[in-house]
Amino acid sequence: MIVFIARRLVISFFVLLAATFIIFVLTAFAGDPLEDLRQDNSPQKLTKIAERSERMQLDVPVVLRYLGWLGRIVRGDLGVNRDGQAIAPILSDALSATLQLVLAATVLAITVGIVIGIISALRQYSGFDYTVTFAAFICFSLPLFWVAVMLKQYVAIEFNNWLKDPVIPPVVIGALALLGGLVFGALTVGDRRRRLVAFAVGLVVSGTLFTVLSVTRWFADPGLGTPLILAFGLATAVGFTALTAGLQYRGPLYATLAAAVIGAVCSQVLGPVLADPTWLEIGGLLLLTIAVCLGLGYALGGLQRRQAMTAATLTGVFTGAMVFLDRMLQAFSAYSASVRHRPVSTIGARTPNYQGDFWQTGLDSAGHLLLPTMALILISLATYTRFSRASMLEVMNQDYVRTARAKGLPERTVVLKHAFRNGLIPVTTMMAFDLAGVIGGAVVTENVFGWRGMGFMFTKGLQEVDPGPVMAFFLVTGTTVVVFNMIADILYAYLDPRIRLS
Amino acid sequence: MTLSADAQAPDSGAEQGMTIVARTQAQMVRRRFFRHRAALAGMIVFGLVLVLAFTSVGFAGIPGWWDQSYITTGALVNQGKPTLSLAPFTIGEHPFGQDDIGVDYFAKTMRGAQQSLIVAFLVGIVATVVGAVVGAVAGYYRGRVEAVLMRVTDVMITIPVLVIAAVLGRRFGDAGVVPLGIVLGLTIWPTMARLLRGEFLSLREKEFVEAARAIGTPARRIIFRHILPNTIGVIVVSATLATANAVLLESALSFLGLGVQAPDTSLGQLIQEYRTAFSTRPWLFWWPGIFIIAIALSINFIGDGLRDAFDPRQTRVRA
Repeated sequence: MIVFIARRLVISFFVLLAATFIIFVLTAFAGDPLEDLRQDNSPQKLTKIAERSERMQLDVPVVLRYLGWLGRIVRGDLGVNRDGQAIAPILSDALSATLQLVLAATVLAITVGIVIGIISALRQYSGFDYTVTFAAFICFSLPLFWVAVMLKQYVAIEFNNWLKDPVIPPVVIGALALLGGLVFGALTVGDRRRRLVAFAVGLVVSGTLFTVLSVTRWFADPGLGTPLILAFGLATAVGFTALTAGLQYRGPLYATLAAAVIGAVCSQVLGPVLADPTWLEIGGLLLLTIAVCLGLGYALGGLQRRQAMTAATLTGVFTGAMVFLDRMLQAFSAYSASVRHRPVSTIGARTPNYQGDFWQTGLDSAGHLLLPTMALILISLATYTRFSRASMLEVMNQDYVRTARAKGLPERTVVLKHAFRNGLIPVTTMMAFDLAGVIGGAVVTENVFGWRGMGFMFTKGLQEVDPGPVMAFFLVTGTTVVVFNMIADILYAYLDPRIRLS
Repeated sequence: MTLSADAQAPDSGAEQGMTIVARTQAQMVRRRFFRHRAALAGMIVFGLVLVLAFTSVGFAGIPGWWDQSYITTGALVNQGKPTLSLAPFTIGEHPFGQDDIGVDYFAKTMRGAQQSLIVAFLVGIVATVVGAVVGAVAGYYRGRVEAVLMRVTDVMITIPVLVIAAVLGRRFGDAGVVPLGIVLGLTIWPTMARLLRGEFLSLREKEFVEAARAIGTPARRIIFRHILPNTIGVIVVSATLATANAVLLESALSFLGLGVQAPDTSLGQLIQEYRTAFSTRPWLFWWPGIFIIAIALSINFIGDGLRDAFDPRQTRVRA
């Protein structure tokens, strides 16, 4: 295993080195770096040209320039761009913005995509499956920039206008209720009667929900409140227990229910801590939650100790997330007022010079991240959905799954223990591929939404035929892709015993 | 399978009221493809777009049937709004409207679609040829050749496609669509190479290859006449998907200003040119977008149909 990793590391290093060479040379030949100065009519034209040629070493052959760049990189110096500004500070500013965008999009796409993919595989050839497949094809065919501009118009501008008086028109409530009913109906297996009942339940539940939200003007001053947190927490407790251990065992169920109740109580007790926390405190709370839940599972789990610990931790983290969300939502009306009631932003990564507490700055980032992430997520979401569906279907048709069913295991165990784990192995390879796509997508999204991130640095550098910023961009993204590729390879080898043990 | 059943019992089938027809591989593939409704619809839409784009404004000096030009300006009719209406159905003088200086937008969109399609086809062809050859040679010869070729592929995969495409687009974008298509094709071949290498690795161990080698067939002939035809399914499917991706890639590059440059036009370039006009002249934004989606979606559906037709294992037989 160690030899495998070491060999992979060495190969990755040389692959990256070759890639930087290609990008450097191609960028240097991409055009004329003095183009704008040649059209300059000022008397200093010649001095400016001489100065820039000197700075960019235009009289040195490209290969030597590359070696010079490489030498500086080894010493940790990113160099200057063609106007003489140091690249390192520009990069560090750009990095955090883009990292937020790429990370948020990737994590969301992976979780949501895999869940949808697995459900549509388990419900193959149902209405839900066909809808998901069709939607995935649409997503594959949508030009990212076009979607982004659309989102800007219809979600940002019109949604912000709507938020001033958030009453959902009856027609929209009807449509949403119908949609809810259709989702419920499509997800249910069984004869027509069961599906009709599910459809009716979905219709009534979502209809009531949106009517209540509209009548109480929930969107103007949103929040969950402790009773709702408790209700959601208990529901997830039951759900996670059913998924991991099954409801017939008392131990795990008590552990998860306890986790949910403690979480809801903490939302009240922790008021002073949560008033204006730091990320460090939030991280500490997260670790504390995990520790407490593991303890609960261990103490109450009984014979299903391992399942109980997993389920309790999942429930605890989920309830914690609800508390976090609740706090965030409570800060919404104050935040919305401070940005002139335009919370969904279309330009940049944050409101310039914005001052606020933890929750308000958090909302500010979220409001700026919302649209670019929505645009960016579409393609990856479709990829993960399709891929995990195919992989899951393949696994579900294997002989060992039939064996598991034949020996009388409950469907939950068959799906989650036997199929799901093996079905996910091929998805790891997808992550590395997809990341390169997301980075490319980030270049486009940043352009539409005016983020001054890495994508902006790249396109600007490229337009100016300036290898410095382009290489800084590629150094970060290329390394990320290579590292992810490597992690995927190692993970694959680790997860698949056929490779690990050979 | 059908062949042997046919040969063994030609009468008994007919007696029981079943007739077994022998079909070639191509016939089976065609039958499965035409039974895939989405693929068929995709094919029709794609055919329509193709015919519309190339006959309407003319191509390569041959005049088309549309009487407006995509270059000359005209007087603004109806403030440049689209004159197309469905009820009562009328095309009007400028069905897609006019841009801010009065150029007929239908002609412009058609010209853009032409250019985008040319780029997409070139990318598909170049990527397929390069990827197939690299994958075939690496998979067949194995050893050092494979190591070198696969490392080159790794290097290409490390660079996000949009990044290398943008760098090349900056250089070749204003040289016209043909050079742009060719260089973009050189950026997306690695996927095809990896797929085909996998196919070759398994096929080269088959008996028919061993037989061919035993009678002294030269390697080149084995690769191109014996193994390659067996991978035609993989090649056709991924060539189709590469073409669909190329449509989106070209439009994204042109949108960033790194692909097709004005005064030449493409669907992405049109969206880039009029992106700020969205609030005042939304149709300048809608039409090219709709055409990009129509082209990409129909090609994707064709690809899906082809995949099912060549490899029906994943699909339940439709009753």
